[in-house]
Amino acid sequence: MRGRARGPTVAADALIEIRDVTKTYGAGETAVHALRGVSLRVDAGEYVAVMGSSGSGKSTLMNILGCLDVPSRGEYRLDGTDVARLTEDQQALVRGRKIGFIFQSFNLIPRTSALANVELPLTYAHLRRSDRRKRARRALELVGLADRADHRPNQLSGGQQQRVAIARALATGPRILLADEPTGNLDAHSTDEVLGMFDQLNAEGRTVVVITHETEVARRARRLIRVSDGRIVADEVTG
Amino acid sequence: MSPRDLFGAALRGLGANKLRSLLTVLGVAIGVGAVIVLVAVGNGSGKAVQDRLEAMGTNLLIVSTTGGGGGFARGQAGPSAQQYSLTMSDASALTDNRLAPDVAAVAPVMTSSGTATNGDTSYTINQVIGTTPEYMPATNTPLGTGRSFTQQDVDTSQRVVLLGQTAATELFGRPTSAVGQTIKLGAVDFAVLGVLASKDSTGFSDPNATAIVPISTLRATQAGYGALNQIVVQAADKDKVDTAQAEVTQLLAARHQVPATQTSPYRITNSAQILQTSQDTAATFTALLATVAAISLIVGGIGVTNIMLVTVTERTREIGIRKALGARRRAILGQFLIEATLLSLLGGAVGVAAALIVSRFQLAGVQPVLVPSSIALAFGVSAAVGLFFGSMPAHRAAGLRPIDALRHE
Ligand SMILES: Nc1ncnc2c1ncn2[C@@H]1O[C@H](COP(=O)(O)OP(=O)(O)OP(=O)(O)O)[C@@H](O)[C@H]1O
Ligand SMILES: [Mg+2]
Repeated sequence: MRGRARGPTVAADALIEIRDVTKTYGAGETAVHALRGVSLRVDAGEYVAVMGSSGSGKSTLMNILGCLDVPSRGEYRLDGTDVARLTEDQQALVRGRKIGFIFQSFNLIPRTSALANVELPLTYAHLRRSDRRKRARRALELVGLADRADHRPNQLSGGQQQRVAIARALATGPRILLADEPTGNLDAHSTDEVLGMFDQLNAEGRTVVVITHETEVARRARRLIRVSDGRIVADEVTG
Repeated sequence: MSPRDLFGAALRGLGANKLRSLLTVLGVAIGVGAVIVLVAVGNGSGKAVQDRLEAMGTNLLIVSTTGGGGGFARGQAGPSAQQYSLTMSDASALTDNRLAPDVAAVAPVMTSSGTATNGDTSYTINQVIGTTPEYMPATNTPLGTGRSFTQQDVDTSQRVVLLGQTAATELFGRPTSAVGQTIKLGAVDFAVLGVLASKDSTGFSDPNATAIVPISTLRATQAGYGALNQIVVQAADKDKVDTAQAEVTQLLAARHQVPATQTSPYRITNSAQILQTSQDTAATFTALLATVAAISLIVGGIGVTNIMLVTVTERTREIGIRKALGARRRAILGQFLIEATLLSLLGGAVGVAAALIVSRFQLAGVQPVLVPSSIALAFGVSAAVGLFFGSMPAHRAAGLRPIDALRHE
């Protein structure tokens, strides 16, 4: 147990820091307490796995970390800034610049080529057209799909689609990668490929947070957080 | 996101469901096309009426009595009506330059009807007009072939006739072959001096089915010596129609001792007034058509809203993904607004093109006359429709919380 974020001191390199975060859906008797007071600190360059039973609040936690959702109560500092104080557009900017998302269901935009999908975050980051092309192609090369640039999502296998999604998450060069069960829909071979990429990205210094049900995925991380019923019940260094 | 990127995204969005986009475009196109064509039809019918009335002569006054006017066809007039009957001496008084200085020409008119025969061929002429030579220039009734009769023909009650196009054709096959021939009007022989040029109908009676004879001849042979049906007065100038009308009213009142307390027994129809009235009617007609068309344009616009709402709902997840990737409110808003505007602009362009083609043909007997401003307006409105009707769904899309959009099934 490292007991992070419990002490009063805040190190300068804290990238993600949440305190006493709760998330409640609905109100009154039907209220669902998805998070019941979570405090967590992740430093730059960490590789964290989050495990827990279904419905324990993992995805809820990750959506808050990714500025896709807001906590009901509690504080969230991302890279030193209080996220609650950012406007909607500023949050969009943070998502576009600092965070790369990888979802279980890939979430590629249908009827749009792999290359265009990868280009999308670069478009929203106001990059020049030619730069966009170059960087998107390089990202696709990195995931080994340079030859599938013009394929549409429905012309790609599940593993290939997830690699396109990873390329898209990488394209803007974000400091944080948030992955919610990225291998949930993949076979063993594809899982291996994806995890290899995560290892490499973390080695490059990116912070990786992976939610997973699979122990072999969790084993690649260097820190394991266990969530149960909206609380962090264990937080240990594994690698 | 640059405009080019926004356009690209919008075009891809539209292309994703081509049939649906096409039908929406059609809705707007029908609205825009209807505005342009119906306004053109209204305008065209107004122009047609105006042309016909102008052909009748715009500085024309037609004087008739409201008290029956005499004339053999109307039966016996009452004694007071007789007092106000229009006479030949009224007509000659009106030519007096001192009493009515703004009157340029006067033609007394008596009408009758009768059957004309040429050998075995006969034709019923509804309007046999007895008048003087001034009638032709005053009413803008030029001759097609032959010559007109003269004042001398009137003075000597010559049995000569000018036939309308239809009458001449019915009797002689070809209008030109009528000149120099003789026809019977009733029991009397008339020499055909000329044939009138073909004239557009003013809508009241067919001006080509008439025959014109010297008024003295008509009185002697057909209608007797009753009152005149009308006196046709030509004002000296287009701008002097009103003063001429006042002079005529005054003169007739004096001649017939109409008491000042009584409303005038004479009706003076002013062709400029008829023109004004029919122009007003045409304007009302055009406004009515334009309203109907505007409604169809609004319906087209609602079609755009409808489709955009469906599109936004369908693509909620996509919106969520875009937001997760850093899309700001403006980018989402822009994408859907451009989509809606493209739909309606495309509809506008198709509508304008269709309207330009359709308005080349006669519609309901009217040759449409395009109003350039209506084209600009319809096109502009279609763009505005896109922005206006597209903004609600676009705002809905842009306002979605990223997580709600992503979770959308
Ligand atoms: N939008 C929502 N409205 C109401 N309840 C919600 C909503 N989203 C999540 N929940 C509830 O919050 C709790 C936590 O959900 P969450 O998705 O975080 O679980 P999870 O740990 O990711 O589960 P899994 O491993 O199955 O993905 C669950 O009980 C869920 O029913
Ligand atoms: Mg989950």
